[in-house]
Amino acid sequence: MSIELRHISKRFGDITAVRNISFTVGEGELVGLLGPSGGGKTTVLRMIAGLETPTEGDLFVRGRRMNDVPVQTRNIGFVFQGYALFKTMTVFDNIAFGLRIQKQRCADIAARVEELVKTLGLEGLERRFPHQLSGGQRQRVAIARALAPKPNVLLLDEPFGAVDAKIRQELREWLVQLHDELNITTVFVTHDQEEAMEVSNRILIFSRGNLEQLGTPREVYEQPRNEFVARFIGVMNVLEMTVSGGIARLGGLSFPAHGHSEGQTLRIGFRPYAVQVSMSPNEYRHQAILKHTYFLGIMLRLELETPDGLVVRARMSKEDYARLKLEDGMSVSFQIREYRVLAREGEILTPEVSIAHPTVLGEGI
Amino acid sequence: MVRPNPEPEETVKRQDKMRRLLPGFRLTLGFTLFYLSVVVLIPMSAMILRGSGIGWDGFWKYVLHPRAIAAYKLSLVASMTAALLNVLFGTLLAWVLVRYTFPGRRLMDALVDVPFALPTAVAGLTLGNLYGPQGWIGQWLAPMGIAGVNSQFGVVIALMFVSLPFVVRTVQPVLESFEQEVEEAAATLGAGRWRTFFRVVLPTLLPSIITGFALAFARALGEFGSIQFVSGSIPFRTEIAPQILIQHLDEHETAGAIAVALFLLIISFLILGTINLIESWARRFQN
Repeated sequence: MSIELRHISKRFGDITAVRNISFTVGEGELVGLLGPSGGGKTTVLRMIAGLETPTEGDLFVRGRRMNDVPVQTRNIGFVFQGYALFKTMTVFDNIAFGLRIQKQRCADIAARVEELVKTLGLEGLERRFPHQLSGGQRQRVAIARALAPKPNVLLLDEPFGAVDAKIRQELREWLVQLHDELNITTVFVTHDQEEAMEVSNRILIFSRGNLEQLGTPREVYEQPRNEFVARFIGVMNVLEMTVSGGIARLGGLSFPAHGHSEGQTLRIGFRPYAVQVSMSPNEYRHQAILKHTYFLGIMLRLELETPDGLVVRARMSKEDYARLKLEDGMSVSFQIREYRVLAREGEILTPEVSIAHPTVLGEGI
Repeated sequence: MVRPNPEPEETVKRQDKMRRLLPGFRLTLGFTLFYLSVVVLIPMSAMILRGSGIGWDGFWKYVLHPRAIAAYKLSLVASMTAALLNVLFGTLLAWVLVRYTFPGRRLMDALVDVPFALPTAVAGLTLGNLYGPQGWIGQWLAPMGIAGVNSQFGVVIALMFVSLPFVVRTVQPVLESFEQEVEEAAATLGAGRWRTFFRVVLPTLLPSIITGFALAFARALGEFGSIQFVSGSIPFRTEIAPQILIQHLDEHETAGAIAVALFLLIISFLILGTINLIESWARRFQN
């Protein structure tokens, strides 16, 4: 076990930034802390580094209790969001900083720096100052500097926040490669769910100081534990419906709602890919107008508007779109193949419901 | 080996045609040159012209007079001392103003500017009274054998007073923009607070400290008003360079005054040039 948090809480005055969080990160894992800003993920990262002290709970790194160990002796590599390079020092001196504090021999320092310069593709830049580097180069210097003293754990705060979209994509793939090669336990913070899904072995989802769910990218996507996770990971259509006669209704849409009392409000969620669309207005049960199509690359997002004014988002491939001969402004019909009853936030979600005979949806059940 | 895809080198090229806020480069440049000429260049050339009439022998006679040399020495040494002390205390003051919040901080911040605005004669009068044998501070210094006024000590105190804001006001903004993250980065790499201060924070502040020193030093060299009140103008002991000039004028020796003035001008240029060189070295890590 590389990192372990047991019932960790952090309060800043009256504000609770992190509430009773427990999790473990295995040796060599690549873990993403995901959540909206103010969710507490950066605070967790800073507590692991020793830049903040937990108000309650115990923190272990490689089996050693770290609560009272000062940041200087924790041997943790930290990459800051703004890189925080030493601008008065050259690239070489930046990377060598931690090694010089350890009073290593000059030759050893030079060898280690050279090794990192090669691993991170910074050849020829050793004598440059940070202001003479591009954003991506600066970030790699920051990572090299953090890795130089051979830390137990590498922590990255929003590592891809400050670069543009194209380089961002490259850096993600590159971080995965770097992690595979060095096999160092790595924890990074991000607010971008796509980034977290792509890069991490496991994702920890934070919201308002709580750890909402912990799991592989697939688990959190397919089995979200609660409404917050379901809505935060990927796009979800959410409808607030009223139960009457065992059926939840909103406008023309209806879902079976056995066991829910009359007049109760029920929230139903379904993923855009679970919406099937046909150009024939009568093929499926629900009618709608195709208001707008968004081109997202190979996938398209369709915005459907029902006669009651409800907006439903659907997703399909370019091929399907072409095959169905769809166009903006057309009258179409659609059905929902899978949906989920969303409980209140924080409550455990029931599994997704598949609809076997969609054409009889809502009627006679 | 892990390698990110090659990424275009970031080259900052100045655009050939920048959008200009003020119309007409030629016009504004012309005006600037004209202004500079009227205010700075013409008076200085006039002085050099006048000075050239004296001839080398006359020039050296005035400039190298022992009393004048003693005055240059005091001017340089006292200004240097005042500027160095201000570097120390001014940086500390800036640090306190930026890093801590305490009641009265804003007032303290405002007080730093007082020497900027105060007529130097007022400063001299105030300091003269304060450090005089009967003054609040002077009465405590006298038993220790330190003369608060009519002494080199008094000159240094006055120069410190007038030049303090320069160091504080140049260091303060740099300290304000210094990211806390950088200090944290040093800590995660194992650096304690002293190492972080001397290896990371101080080198970043150094260019502004040097600029502050240069400005404070230049200001101290040029100070005259307040010194009149505290130095007592004792020949060979507490006379500063500009006072030699005044003395020549009092004796209707215009040539002497001009010779000394010219010499001071040259010295000032040399010192500023040297400081500029040091500054550009200290700023080598910036754009």
